[in-house]
This record gives sequence, structure tokens and C-alpha cells, in this order.
Amino acid sequence: MIPAAFEYERPSSLAEALKMLSEGGDDARPIAGGHSLLPLMRLRLARPSLLVDIGGLADLRYVRDEGDHIAIGALCTHHELASAQELTGGCRLIAQVARQIGDPQVRHRGTIGGSIAHADPASDLPAAVLALDGAVVARGAGGSRTIPAADFFLGPLMSALEPGEILTEVRVAKRVGCGSTYEKFQRRAQDWAIVAVAAVIESSGGTISNAAIGLTNMAGTPIRASGVEEALAGAASEEAIAEAAGRVSEVGTPLPDQNASSEYRLHLAEVLIRRAVANAMS
Amino acid sequence: MKRISVTVNGVRHEAEVEPRTLLVYFIREQLGLTGTNVGCDTSSCGACTVHLNGQSVKSCTVLAVQADGQEVTTIEGLATNGKLHPMQQAFHEEHGLQCGFCTPGMIMAAVGIVDENPDPSEAEVREALEGNLCRCTGYHNIVRAVISGAKASV
Ligand SMILES: Cc1cc2nc3c(=O)[nH]c(=O)nc-3n(C[C@H](O)[C@H](O)[C@H](O)COP(=O)(O)OP(=O)(O)OC[C@H]3O[C@@H](n4cnc5c(N)ncnc54)[C@H](O)[C@@H]3O)c2cc1C
Ligand code: FES
Ligand code: FES
Repeated sequence: MIPAAFEYERPSSLAEALKMLSEGGDDARPIAGGHSLLPLMRLRLARPSLLVDIGGLADLRYVRDEGDHIAIGALCTHHELASAQELTGGCRLIAQVARQIGDPQVRHRGTIGGSIAHADPASDLPAAVLALDGAVVARGAGGSRTIPAADFFLGPLMSALEPGEILTEVRVAKRVGCGSTYEKFQRRAQDWAIVAVAAVIESSGGTISNAAIGLTNMAGTPIRASGVEEALAGAASEEAIAEAAGRVSEVGTPLPDQNASSEYRLHLAEVLIRRAVANAMS
Repeated sequence: MKRISVTVNGVRHEAEVEPRTLLVYFIREQLGLTGTNVGCDTSSCGACTVHLNGQSVKSCTVLAVQADGQEVTTIEGLATNGKLHPMQQAFHEEHGLQCGFCTPGMIMAAVGIVDENPDPSEAEVREALEGNLCRCTGYHNIVRAVISGAKASV
């Protein structure tokens, strides 16, 4: 399967990339790792006229401790994030998630910026960034803006990025002293999540003081299970955690697909939340 | 057309390619290196695995133009002076292949696994091979070969 024809440019700076995108018109697109875009192009579900290859922009490849948050350059690969030393405390979640994406070959190419920009509801990193009260930085011809993750994902493959904008950085809260985990349910190795749960838990002596729960593939965008989070605060027993997990039904009815009915998805989410909370606390 | 320069198995190749040419077709059809196979063409099977700047990648999911200025190693580039790479030798000795179709990709993935984890456990090998499928389903011997190849590579 060969993609439809397109033009290809490789800019040597972010400024040049932005210029190429704005001059390239509506059908120009950035390509980072290409591991979501090229599969779509091979199926001709995407037919960009121009690809601006930002993959070589080394200055978008960093993980930095910025005091109150961690800043991750958009071009960090899943492989790099899986072992990034700067990801400690609650934001170790990003490494835990990156390690579970696809397979080693996919992790060598795929980037966090591409994963977030693509806004696939089955993608793993979006729910993690959401659970860490994250934000993304977008640069366009007119300058730079910061978009909270909670406002970024608009629907399946739809985000708040404007045409011509490049996502340059992902920011996540450090959540010092928190435990985290990502429970991903899949039928076969290498598969996408049927449902997955990202949990960031603050607790002491077995009592939860604060919980953030992000859900993958439970809606058209990644979502937070706010009812569960509310009920988890103060929970101090397995029973209380189980009861809190039951409130996942408040997120609404997830769509069925060939992998799972709506009921099964809700059941999975409830079970995975229980497991995720227990693992994040251990 | 785009002019690219890619170093494949230590040899620099200058070529004209259409931007939409996938790296695997550039390697197979333009360079004539047919050891790298196309299995699924949907990024799932790993038969097309090569190394790009030392890391395993699925060459059906990389554009040849993305490899411009980079280094690629294919299965043909593993042996030195007519002597098989320890991982190739291990696949031979442990019968890590049946029809052999998945084998070039398996071996390139395996070399990548051992580069990142020189002494992998059986469970680690199984997990790290999740992107490589064997239609002959000879996984037991493949895993045995990777572990033996890892030991021989140190
Ligand atoms: C076999 C296989 C299995 C996979 N399994 C999983 C999985 O289990 N979980 C999972 O989460 N993902 C999975 N993926 C997807 C993988 O994580 C992708 O790498 C990721 O979704 C996209 O990152 P990329 O860098 O490859 O983006 P690209 O494919 O290059 O781009 C994707 C989209 O985002 C845009 N884009 C990319 N970077 C930017 C940027 N910086 N600014 C603005 N727009 C940008 C592009 O224009 C394009 O529209 C899998 C992929 C494959 C091929
Ligand atoms: S041919 Fe590339 S993954 Fe199957
Ligand atoms: S040996 Fe036949 S596909 Fe693996």
C-alpha cells in the first residue's frame, strides 16, 4: 500500500517549519515519527499535499524539570520517555505509559507530540497527560499559546490545534510524593487499549488524600473520572476504593465497538480503577 | 522527486526517490537488498524490521526521505567477512526458523533487544518481540535463539 503523492520538506528550525506550513496551505501537515500518520496515508485516509518533517528538530527533544512542572519536548520518543530520569513522583506515570505503547520498533519512532496532536481516543499518553493536569504549548505563525489538556482534546482525531500550529512542548504536574500506575487492558501483545486507566494517588498510612484518574478509550476523548476521584479522597479501605470505582458509571455510556460492548467497557474500567489505585499505593 | 543520500550497511547510496516511497521498497527495489521482507504492510508484523541509526524500526512505516542522511542496517549488513553475526548463528543452531519469512525481521529486532538489554530473561525476550509475528508460530525456538544469541554477543 503506497500513499498518494505529496511534497516533502525537511526544515532545519522550528521557525522554518512554521513558515513552510503556513505557505503550504490547508493540506500541509507536520510529520514527527509518522507512526500514526503514515498508516493513515497508506490507507489513503489521509492525503496531505505537503509533509513538513519536524522529526529532525533536536531542540524539541528534552525533558526538563521546571520547578513546579516537568516540560517534555514534543519530539521525545516513547522509547526515550520510558527511561527518562527526570520523570519522578507522580509524573513517572508518563514513563510507565510510554513503556506500554505498541512495541519496541514503534517506541523508537513515535513521539509524545504526535501522540497528543493525533488525539486518538485509544492512545495512551493523552489520558496520562490529562491525569497529571497537563498542558500543551502550541506555536503558530502568530506566536505561542498554552492550552490546558482539559481543553485540548475535542473529539476523535480532533484537537484544539489550529492548522499551521506545531505542538512544541507537553507540561505535566510533578506531583511529588504521589504514586502512579497505568493499567492497560488489551487482548493481545502490541494491541491498543480496549480500556486503560491512569491513576495518580497521594496517600499516607493507607488513606488517600488526593486522586487523579484518567481514562483511555471510554469516550471520544480521554476523560477524567471526577466522581471516582471525589469518592477516593479519604478512602482508607479496599471496600471504600471499590465503592469509589463504581462511580465510573457517571462518565456516561462509552461507545461499543468490535472489541467491547458499552457494558463490558464500564465493567473493565471499574476493575482497572481498583487495580490501578491499589498498585499506585503499593 | 527528491535526492537522498542514505548509508546502508556502511555503503553510501545517492538516489532519486518519490517522497511517498517507503524505506522498505527503497531498500528492496532500488538497492536490490531483498533480505528485508514485507509481511503485512500495516506496521504490525515486523518482517520489515531494519535498524535506523542503530535502533530497530519497521521500514514499511518510514519514508525513504526520512532516512536521508541517516544510517540503515539491514540483515545483509550483519555478517562480517563471511562470518555470520552471533544472532544469525544462534537462529541457525537453535532452529529459530521454519519457512524463514519472518527471520530477517526477527533477527534485526533481536539484535536491537540485546543492544538495549544484553542479558534478557525469557519473559523480557517474549515481551520485546511483541512487534514481530511468525506465521509458522515457531516462537519457542525463536526465543531460545535470542537468549543464546545474547550470550554469544557479549
Ligand atoms: C503498530 C503500531 C502500534 C501502536 N500502538 C500504540 C499503542 O498501543 N498506544 C498508543 O498510544 N499509540 C500506539 N501507536 C501510535 C504511536 O504511538 C504513534 O507514534 C503516535 O500516536 C503518533 O506519534 P508520531 O510521532 O508517530 O506522530 P505522526 O504520525 O508523525 O503524526 C500524527 C499526527 O499528529 C500531527 N503531529 C505530529 N507531531 C506534531 C506536532 N509536534 N505538532 C503538531 N502536529 C503534530 C501530524 O500532522 C499527524 O496528523 C501505534 C502505532 C503503530 C504503528
Ligand atoms: S511489513 Fe512492516 S510491519 Fe509488517
Ligand atoms: S518462520 Fe515462517 S513466518 Fe516465522
